[in-house]
Amino acid sequence: MRRWAILCAVALTAAAGCGGGGPAGSGSGKLSDGKVVFGVLNDQSGVYAQLSGKNSVEAVEMAMADYKAKYGDKAVVKELAVESVDHQNKPDIANAKAAELYDRKAVDAILDVPTSSAALKVADVAKEKKKLYFNITAATTDLTGKACNKYTFHYAYDTYMLANGTGKTVTDQGAKNWYLVYPDYQFGQDMTASFEAAIKKAGGSVVAKDPAPFPNASGDFSTYLLKAPSLTPKPHVLGTMQAGAELVALVKQYNEFKLREKGVGLAVGLMFLTDIHSLTPDALAGTTYTDAWYWNYDLKSREFADRFQKETGTRPTFAHAANYSAAMQYLEAVQATGTDNADEIVKYLEGRTVEDVFLRNGKIRAEDHRVVHDAYLAQVKPSKEVAEPWDYVKVLKTIPAAEAFRAPSADCKL
Amino acid sequence: MAQHIFNGLVGGSFLALVALGLAVIFGMLRVVNFAHGAIYMLGAFLALSMPSFWWALILVPLVLAAGGMVLERTLVHRLAKLDPLYNFLLTFGLTLIFQDLVKWRFGVQSTPYPTPGGLTGSVDFGAFDFPAYRVFVLAMAALICFGVWFLLSRTRVGLIVRASTERPELTQALGINVGRWVTPVFGFGCALAGLAGVLAAPMRAVHPLMGADLIIVVFAVVVIGGLGSIFGSVAAAFVIGVLQALSEAYLDSALVSQILVYLVMAVVLLWRPSGLFGREESPA
Repeated sequence: MRRWAILCAVALTAAAGCGGGGPAGSGSGKLSDGKVVFGVLNDQSGVYAQLSGKNSVEAVEMAMADYKAKYGDKAVVKELAVESVDHQNKPDIANAKAAELYDRKAVDAILDVPTSSAALKVADVAKEKKKLYFNITAATTDLTGKACNKYTFHYAYDTYMLANGTGKTVTDQGAKNWYLVYPDYQFGQDMTASFEAAIKKAGGSVVAKDPAPFPNASGDFSTYLLKAPSLTPKPHVLGTMQAGAELVALVKQYNEFKLREKGVGLAVGLMFLTDIHSLTPDALAGTTYTDAWYWNYDLKSREFADRFQKETGTRPTFAHAANYSAAMQYLEAVQATGTDNADEIVKYLEGRTVEDVFLRNGKIRAEDHRVVHDAYLAQVKPSKEVAEPWDYVKVLKTIPAAEAFRAPSADCKL
Repeated sequence: MAQHIFNGLVGGSFLALVALGLAVIFGMLRVVNFAHGAIYMLGAFLALSMPSFWWALILVPLVLAAGGMVLERTLVHRLAKLDPLYNFLLTFGLTLIFQDLVKWRFGVQSTPYPTPGGLTGSVDFGAFDFPAYRVFVLAMAALICFGVWFLLSRTRVGLIVRASTERPELTQALGINVGRWVTPVFGFGCALAGLAGVLAAPMRAVHPLMGADLIIVVFAVVVIGGLGSIFGSVAAAFVIGVLQALSEAYLDSALVSQILVYLVMAVVLLWRPSGLFGREESPA
């Protein structure tokens, strides 16, 4: 008789949890270990540490606090924690640390993971461990292409989005001939392929393209800058795919060699707010690029940025906002389903439309787990137009979610 | 072609200044100073806190020379009698400390530094024009390399340093206090690295890892030139600079330019194990 009673009780709690209707009853819930742990795996000391790094952890903590404030006593998740690990942009370290986070630290979802080659390794781990993985800061479209899997979501941006925004627009504006310089690894190669495709589609052509050593020990790109004006036909624009500190060095030297005066414009493949801050806006004034989110876009973004600045002392990059959003959406999913079972969460998220501070007209595509949302074509202002610190950019146009990202790839089989 | 060679010489200037300091220190102290890259980085960051680039050019090397001498007296000196590996580990540890201190103070993002006024223009060489600042860098490097050569080969101080480098015991026996010269030479090497850092600030990204990236290449350059050979280090630095620029300009693969310096090093080591201008170590 007692056995029956227990079984009944279990069945009832289960029904309440999966019922979908109200929040899942008592706190005892169905969380595997009674708590939710996020794992922020990113670069905390190298070239990408400023654009993601420790401040990504801060963003996730903000989401955790907001979740608690929003649901109070009704929160399914009573205990929240975040683990952060430095992967040093090395695929092998990312691989080992991801496994450790899932297995030993009981992490429910890994977030962030810049550097495409490292990001792909983590996708394999997520698939093997059947645990969630929201990639924010890596750009490769392979995450939603041949390397896609059921547990991996690609959240903020990708090479297609950047190329389609910047490559197409700049070509449309009349810069038909391009010279592309890129760091010789997965990200740079993907970006260049995406840019070439976008430029050709818009009626432009690539005069030449040069892979540069990565990492570039000397921090010097002068060879390519010397070469640019002497190419035939002379390129209208130099497209650089360098990121972080390398981008900073390249732009410095672009100005030093006076390429703008020599008629070679500058287009940047991937740029973060922190890069503009490092270079000062005057070094980049007039440069067009594609942004996934901008802190001063509207009041909603601004309000988030103000809180973020209070915590960290700087304005958030799009990576920070996206980390916040991903953590929040995950917690909302746990709240709604009453479980942290990865398969249940995936089922809940697939096909869902989402609207939050980062995701505008957001949709989590069921076909390939690409999270699509509005993107922005942005232009760097000259310093005399910068009205307040960190407000370096004006948004030229919004690229609607449906156009910003590529159609689901046939290579992806979830 | 000419412009790429010229550009390579500018790149070689930085390698030369850093390698020169490394070679001088190794020659005198038999210490492989791994912290040399971090000192180059410190030079660039110290330049940020100076009132102007020109002041930085004078003051930063002096500050780092003083810092280097303190370092030598308090730490390096104590390990000098032990296996060279100990000092290698010490200076490696110092590198990590310096890098993290700078990260803690300035963050990991690159810090802006403008091109000094008066050098923002271009110099016209007929066939090509070149940023004036880069021409200045090359001139500075050439001047300093020449100055060091002059100091070592034409002055009494140089005579003592060279003698102490080659036969410390014999020099000591002739009544010269070798130990007295060790500290200033270490400081001098640090000053050269700091100067290179100041020169790098306006044209490269100023960030905490800028030295860590460079020092590996500089080690290879010093080995190619011949450990302890001052002329060899400088010559190898300029040759590598030019080869690097040419490979980037004319080859379609980044791989070659990336491994070029190590490739040259391997070939040189197979052909002349003591480097291009180094002499065989005499058995002790």
